[in-house]
Amino acid sequence: MRSRPLYGKGLRTLSIATAVTLAAGFGLAFFYAPLEADQGVIQKIFYVHVPMAIVALCGFVAGGLMAIQHLRTNDRAWDMRSYVAIHLSIVLGVGVLVTGSIWGKASWGHWWQWDEPVLVSFLVVFLLYCCYQPLRFSISDPERQARYASVFAIAAGAFVPINFAAVRMAQQEIHPRVLSETGGSMPGEMRLAFLVCTVGVALLFVTLWKLELSSKNASEQLKRLRRRLEDTPLEAAAGASAARPPVVPARPTGGD
Amino acid sequence: MLPLALTGRQYVAAAYLVFLALVLLYVVIISSKIARIEREVDTLAELADKRAR
Repeated sequence: MRSRPLYGKGLRTLSIATAVTLAAGFGLAFFYAPLEADQGVIQKIFYVHVPMAIVALCGFVAGGLMAIQHLRTNDRAWDMRSYVAIHLSIVLGVGVLVTGSIWGKASWGHWWQWDEPVLVSFLVVFLLYCCYQPLRFSISDPERQARYASVFAIAAGAFVPINFAAVRMAQQEIHPRVLSETGGSMPGEMRLAFLVCTVGVALLFVTLWKLELSSKNASEQLKRLRRRLEDTPLEAAAGASAARPPVVPARPTGGD
Repeated sequence: MLPLALTGRQYVAAAYLVFLALVLLYVVIISSKIARIEREVDTLAELADKRAR
């Protein structure tokens, strides 16, 4: 007997939308947006680096908001959503640091600038969240683990916008400010490509978030099913066979 | 001297490849986890059916 697929509802549609938006965004970035006068083709890194940074930071804040919901409702599903959002943001954070370093090397001649507030502040946020997983998995009791992880996610999530504001107020060194009050100095074509890329990376985040949640939910279901089978003695199962329908694993929600 | 359109193309390629590699690696890891879970669920469901018969 074969069970139904374990993927969450709407994941296929979301995956297609993500692929189309990202392809459109990168297509616009390379074939529609003009070459930047100063950096030339190197500036194309902007269309992958900045959207990843924005989505990663928003993911950290979203993880904090989901953790608030967990503490309010005591529903473990919110803790799992918060965990997956933070996990995914850390992965994007790795992408931001690596692509940023490549851009730095190409543009400034250095892989890293320690006196640049934007770079160092992002690294601080990233390293802060790198502590989340060790903290979480150092606690064996699932209830306490979820509660402590939520408290961490809320505190760290509140730090992200404060950090962002502090960097805005700091003196600009060599890293440009993209989200300025004047809307930056991007021409319309560049802005359109940037917006489509940002939407694409945001959709990618949601798709991967749902995919990992499906995996976590399925894993939880598997554990429950195994416990149920272990707890049911053979004789009891045989006696109840007439009254009970065959065990079919229910479809996980995948965070829907 | 190379024109601006060509200078540093390898850096751009590297940055986009890093993004692609990260996404692919993530999807492969999660998909393999889900596939393993699906196989285990099928096995357990079969076992449960056998026991119920």
